[in-house]
Amino acid sequence: MTATAPVAERPAKEPKQPKRQQRFNEGTGRLAAMLLSPTMLVLGLVVLFPIISALRESLYTSGTKLDENGFIVKGSTFVGLQNYTDIFKGEIGDRFWNAFYNTTFFTVICVVLETVLGVVMALIMHKAFKGRGVVRASILVPWAIPTVISALLWKWIFQADGIANDLLGTQILWSTEGWQSKMSVILADTWKTAPFIGLLVLAGLQTIPAEVYEAAKVDGASVWKTFTRITLPLVKPALLVAVLFRILDTLRIFDLPFVLVGPHKDSVETLSMLAYDEAFNTRYGPAAAYATVLFVYVAVVAYAFVKILGADVIGEARAKKPGGGGKGRRKKREIEEAPGVAMGAAAGGGGV
Amino acid sequence: MATATAAPREDLAKVRAAEVGPLRRWAPLIGVVLIVLYCLAPFYWMVVSAFRRPADQFSNKVIPAPFSIQNFKDVFSGSNGFGRGLLNSLIVAGTVTILTLVIGLIAAYTLARLDFKFKNVVLAIIITTSMFPGISLVVPLLKLFVDIKWINTYQAMIVPSLSFALPLAVWNLTAFFRQMPQELEQAAMVDGCTPAQAFRKVIIPLAAPGVFTTAIITFIAAWNEFLIALSMTNKKSIQTANVIISQFTGTTGRDQPFGSQMAAGVVVTIPLVIAVLLFQRRIVAGLTAGGVK
Repeated sequence: MTATAPVAERPAKEPKQPKRQQRFNEGTGRLAAMLLSPTMLVLGLVVLFPIISALRESLYTSGTKLDENGFIVKGSTFVGLQNYTDIFKGEIGDRFWNAFYNTTFFTVICVVLETVLGVVMALIMHKAFKGRGVVRASILVPWAIPTVISALLWKWIFQADGIANDLLGTQILWSTEGWQSKMSVILADTWKTAPFIGLLVLAGLQTIPAEVYEAAKVDGASVWKTFTRITLPLVKPALLVAVLFRILDTLRIFDLPFVLVGPHKDSVETLSMLAYDEAFNTRYGPAAAYATVLFVYVAVVAYAFVKILGADVIGEARAKKPGGGGKGRRKKREIEEAPGVAMGAAAGGGGV
Repeated sequence: MATATAAPREDLAKVRAAEVGPLRRWAPLIGVVLIVLYCLAPFYWMVVSAFRRPADQFSNKVIPAPFSIQNFKDVFSGSNGFGRGLLNSLIVAGTVTILTLVIGLIAAYTLARLDFKFKNVVLAIIITTSMFPGISLVVPLLKLFVDIKWINTYQAMIVPSLSFALPLAVWNLTAFFRQMPQELEQAAMVDGCTPAQAFRKVIIPLAAPGVFTTAIITFIAAWNEFLIALSMTNKKSIQTANVIISQFTGTTGRDQPFGSQMAAGVVVTIPLVIAVLLFQRRIVAGLTAGGVK
């Protein structure tokens, strides 16, 4: 009786079945969008909006000016690409190229030094069984010290009659213009971040199974061969991501040279310092132009690094596709470690 | 026979130890000592310099001969507003941490658990935002904050700090949520929980260690921030400790007051170092997110 009615209706409902499934997926998407919206909104406000307004700002010049009739014009006027063309010309151009050179120089030297030292530290820590806890705690100390404080600390160490000159038996005025101030910045930066790279590489080393090394030993591989053929390729994903983040971090270096040596010093002025200086003097147009140039520089370097060396920043992308859902997740754990390492590296930079 | 089967492992260890020789056995330990010295010596120098009498400031003795806390007294007594700076740092870093956790927790859980179309795009966007140079955000925001009269306010420091703190927290938390088996929520839902309840009553309590670690890491990152705090303020009463220390004029004037700067540095750093020592295992696990386990 009552059962016949639903049975009769059922065939009519059936074609709708696939649609319902679609709607379920849509629902997940919508839920995800809803749950992600606060984060994306905040990031849009504090990251995307400033980047765009910097682009806009860089096309204007602010401050008082005289127009063609001799009237004083206040506020900003549109100047097109003039802020950018000014950067590359004459005296301003010299200052810009100097800052550009310093930024690149610091990045290359610091990252190379930190990577080599960090890998050496990681290998030592991996071999050592005694005192691991002590090493781990002490390695976190340079990381936890604010960059400003470490800059002051190194300024104190490099004082004219400070401990550095005392130990070296030299009379170098470290914080004056020249190679020595560059050296002091590099030393301070390496001190703060090399242990940290060591920590990240150590985490990568610990995921290599011991059997691999035993197999190499059985095959009679030398220590050096084991290192170059087994250790390096296997820690490469973690190392590449850590190095990428260190590069991006050093490209925006500001605190260290600013506090350790000081503003307006040709030897250590970086692009960030240049942009800050312009903004500090309320020349927002040129400041925004410098900031945009730095942003483009960072973006190009990051893109090239990822493309050429294949740094897998979003290990997720590779991990998700073949697995296609939750089941593949556990197997791909190794690959997913990369992003975690990446953010660790980003954290290590802090306000450098 | 019993001894023969039990002994080999020990014997093997002894044989190996003999094989490698004393140099190779001690080399890692020496290396460890070198690393510890490398990391701690400069820090030690800061502590030692802080505990000297201002008169002995330029002494290079390894131990402060007449031990003195005069530098610490100077730091807090002078007109440099250091105490206020510490409070400001605490307010800014604390607020950034709380805001970041509240906003980031939901996003991280979504990214770890839900399957949706543009997940990788979202992940890429979040990680990309953390790569942007701080100055290219600070310049336009500085102009905006001048216009809306936000200069010398807490929000002028807190809002831009979210740009680096939020991606950091989201990534850390996502890694932690991923390590938790999905069966947890499924069991909760079988027992009659809604997904929201499963998240609140099962996941949050279990994720507490991860949330705590993320909180520490975010707090340290926010506490160490300098560029934003420097750009957005010009009044001492609102500046953070980092900015105030970098601009110390000291009680005697003229020379840079290294003694009180080192003392202030110790005060700012010691809480972080204690936190690091107490939670080193967790922090390392958080920073390498899964790599250690």
